[in-house]
Amino acid sequence: MFDRRLLHYFDWGLLALAVLLSSIGMLVLYSAVTAETPAPQKIIFYKQFVWFSIALVAMTIAFAFNYKLLDRWGQPVYVLCLLLLVWVLLFGKYIGGSRRWLLLGPLSLQPSEPVKIAVIIVLAKYYSKDANTRGFTLKELLQPVVLVVIPFVLILKQPDLGTAGLLLLIACSITVFVKIEKRSFIYLVVSCAAVIPMVWFFLKEYQKRRILIFLNPDRDPLGAGYHIIQSKIAIGSGMISGKGFLKGTQNALSFLPEEHTDFIFSVLAEEWGLVGSVIVILLFLVLIVWGLHVAQSCREPFGTILAVGVTSMFFWQVVINIGMTMGLMPVVGVPLPFISYGGSSVLTTAIGIGLLLNVSMRRFMLE
Amino acid sequence: MAKYLKNADSEWYRQRITGVMICVLAVFAIILVRLVYLQVIMGEKYHTLSLNNRIRLQSIEAPRGFILDRNGRVLVDNRPSFDVSIVLKDARPVPETIGKLARHLKVPPQDLMSKISGSKGVSAYKPILLKQDVGRNSLASVEANQYDLPGVAVNVKLRRHYLNVQGASHLIGYLSEINSVELASGRYPGRRRGDFIGKFGAEKAYEKYLRGIRGGRQVEVNATGQVVQVLKTVGAKAGENIYLTIDRNLQTKAESLLQGVAGAVVAMEPGSGRILALASSPSFDQNIFEGSMSHEQWDLLISNPFRPLENKAIQGEYPPGSTYKIVTALAGLEEGVIDGNTEFFCPGHYRFGNRTYRCWKQGGHGTVNVTKALTESCDVFFYQVGQRLGVDRLAWYAKACGLGSPTGINLDREAGGLIPTAAWKKKRTGIAWQEGETLSLAIGQGFNLATPLQMAGLIAAIANGGTRYKPMILESIKTAGGRLLQQNQPRVVGKIPVRSSTLALVREGLWGVLNGAHGTARGSRLPDIEFSGKTGSSQVIGRKKDDPFGKEEKPAHLRAHAWFVAYAPSEAPQIAVAVLVENGEHGSGAAAPVARELIKTYLRKRHTTNQVARDEDVADKGSSG
Repeated sequence: MFDRRLLHYFDWGLLALAVLLSSIGMLVLYSAVTAETPAPQKIIFYKQFVWFSIALVAMTIAFAFNYKLLDRWGQPVYVLCLLLLVWVLLFGKYIGGSRRWLLLGPLSLQPSEPVKIAVIIVLAKYYSKDANTRGFTLKELLQPVVLVVIPFVLILKQPDLGTAGLLLLIACSITVFVKIEKRSFIYLVVSCAAVIPMVWFFLKEYQKRRILIFLNPDRDPLGAGYHIIQSKIAIGSGMISGKGFLKGTQNALSFLPEEHTDFIFSVLAEEWGLVGSVIVILLFLVLIVWGLHVAQSCREPFGTILAVGVTSMFFWQVVINIGMTMGLMPVVGVPLPFISYGGSSVLTTAIGIGLLLNVSMRRFMLE
Repeated sequence: MAKYLKNADSEWYRQRITGVMICVLAVFAIILVRLVYLQVIMGEKYHTLSLNNRIRLQSIEAPRGFILDRNGRVLVDNRPSFDVSIVLKDARPVPETIGKLARHLKVPPQDLMSKISGSKGVSAYKPILLKQDVGRNSLASVEANQYDLPGVAVNVKLRRHYLNVQGASHLIGYLSEINSVELASGRYPGRRRGDFIGKFGAEKAYEKYLRGIRGGRQVEVNATGQVVQVLKTVGAKAGENIYLTIDRNLQTKAESLLQGVAGAVVAMEPGSGRILALASSPSFDQNIFEGSMSHEQWDLLISNPFRPLENKAIQGEYPPGSTYKIVTALAGLEEGVIDGNTEFFCPGHYRFGNRTYRCWKQGGHGTVNVTKALTESCDVFFYQVGQRLGVDRLAWYAKACGLGSPTGINLDREAGGLIPTAAWKKKRTGIAWQEGETLSLAIGQGFNLATPLQMAGLIAAIANGGTRYKPMILESIKTAGGRLLQQNQPRVVGKIPVRSSTLALVREGLWGVLNGAHGTARGSRLPDIEFSGKTGSSQVIGRKKDDPFGKEEKPAHLRAHAWFVAYAPSEAPQIAVAVLVENGEHGSGAAAPVARELIKTYLRKRHTTNQVARDEDVADKGSSG
């Protein structure tokens, strides 16, 4: 039975924000792939267009049903995602030293992307059951830890350090949000501080090197360090007004690595300058505040935590990605929502927006 | 102590979300401040840097490790090669620059222009290689006129230098440019298009030690591409030096002995499995694989009927001929179908079923026991041993001696040979095993196939009392600075499953081959070194039908392959050798003299010049260091 109030409460503002960011994303992507040498890769632009169409459908599905059903369906979705992760480890396509992709005809999918949503759902379900003002104790945190560690390890195995770390950040954000009991929190911090040096001791030389470069790209002046320099040159050279659409030289001469995925913000900042960059960053800020507002206006815990979880996903991706291009964050492959090329990323973003819309439009449905 | 737990309500969440918002705003504030710093405060500087893209990467190639022999004599090192390249963005006007450059290099400008048009699509900021390995005169001329040649750069690159042309080519192998399949495989981390990797032999097997780690420089260049400032440098790490087990002198000797024939030699230390020499003839020049091989050179290599690119010592599979009688004797004695006293009469032929199997000696050997049968290579004796054993028991012993499967030497494309069983034939051809075939098998004909390396392994095990070692070519790995990284140890892979009395009888027979009154290789014995061996010749066409050719007029490619396996000295052996000469006809005539010369070279040197070699060794290292 269709409830007319659903239409009345529909969050048109959030939808408009998403469409606006996506449109900007398409423009920047067009510039990134057109100017690319030696050969323009316009096919990427068209592929992204196809993905956006699929994403529209995914988003519609994600807000059409009552999100409270996820209470029951969250677990099967989570298990399915884990199976996909195992599958990709065994049979995934091997590109550039890691196994992350499943091939679906002409398109490819990274199962590690939707896993983020699945983990948010199962955590929201667990925490909403018996959240209290004292916070969760170590014993109560055991189950969520297991729920996060399994996909974390599977993604680390691919290896995809960025996505694995992101998953951990999202899970920690949700957990801190629902509050950890004071003594347990101290225990956790102290034991982490004790264990990390020990783990370090057992790591192999090359693994240590990778982590050190991760933390400080300057240690790798021919790889990550060089990319950061070129990225900073690109952003800085945009100055206040930018070089203009399709006029970015850093981008055109292939000095930027992964200019249509990880470093797409550099393309944007070079061509649109401070003005364009600030507008995009503020749009992201509005999106995140909006998401938190949705969480605030929902008056039951599952919806609130779900909305906080999805918003934290957007927050971390934006901060890590933009921070990386500016040399504030380690160099990791985390896509910028709405802007970076990549079907799995676009789909996950769309499902995230769909879930926020879902929670938002059903805020009136109180028991 | 029971504590009142207050349920989290909407108001509580509301407060927490407000806290979250404050954190979010703080983080975004940092990002915006950073953005203003980069684009406003530092904007001018970055804008200038982006104009000509002044910050570039240059790579520093890692010198590839040397390959040396067991005594530290250098087999392969590197030599500098001067390559001229151009960065188009800096070279404008390009045709004029190319014209000048062509005069200095003394090549037609069209050649250089074609290189440029051949690299369409390459970024104008990336160097295009114009000419490799320019001579010293051209080099001086280009260097002296550098100011007049914008965008032109001369880079020193190390090229592989194989000291002995055609020496140990199959064992050492060669380098060639990495292909896209190898790049995509993930087995060559850090390699990129245009890099050279080991494609064959030890160069391939020890690629991961030899290659070293590439370094590089971040540099700032001016408008003509000259480096103004080196910003950061990561040094290259030289590859590690590989010490092979081979003895360069013995290897060279083996190659000179195979000159003019197609064949292979394997010499091995019986007590360890260390390969002392591994030669295959004809050979090829490894230097031409790195870069400049012409189509004609390649066609010549692959159309040569004697297959120079094949390493016959490990890839060549031949019927073992009479050398296989060693296995038949071991099996017969051990299974009890004969003993040391069993005698058969050889009238020069043996009738089985409705067929006559001939002995190689028309008049026959008379009464023979097992030692005499080995010494004189009597076919009739072994027909009967084979008949009593049956194909499968014989096969079991052959496999226990390491035949029929690869030895596991650390070289690519090793062949496994073939030891047939009744079941194998049934499966392969659908026809049941014929007992008559066992007779041929017992003297090493028929389906049997073995590589020279397998036969060397067999004779080495006979020599050392029955222990089978994995053949090893790596002695040790040392860093470029001389620090020992890895010392390779001999590995036992099995034992020949026979009693020592059995082995003693076989060894007695093999001793007689050279030292007995009627030994088949009596002509090859040495005055001062007593050694043992076994001759063999394997039919290229079957022996079943009567030979359509008279003995002498047989075309060369249908003549039998000559085998000889030996160890020396007979007591306490220090070297085991297998020699195969394709179409050499008789083991005694074509193969045994090769083995004799190798044994002589190796053992006499060891007796007399051991000390000299060591001294020379030290001097060598000093000069190549």
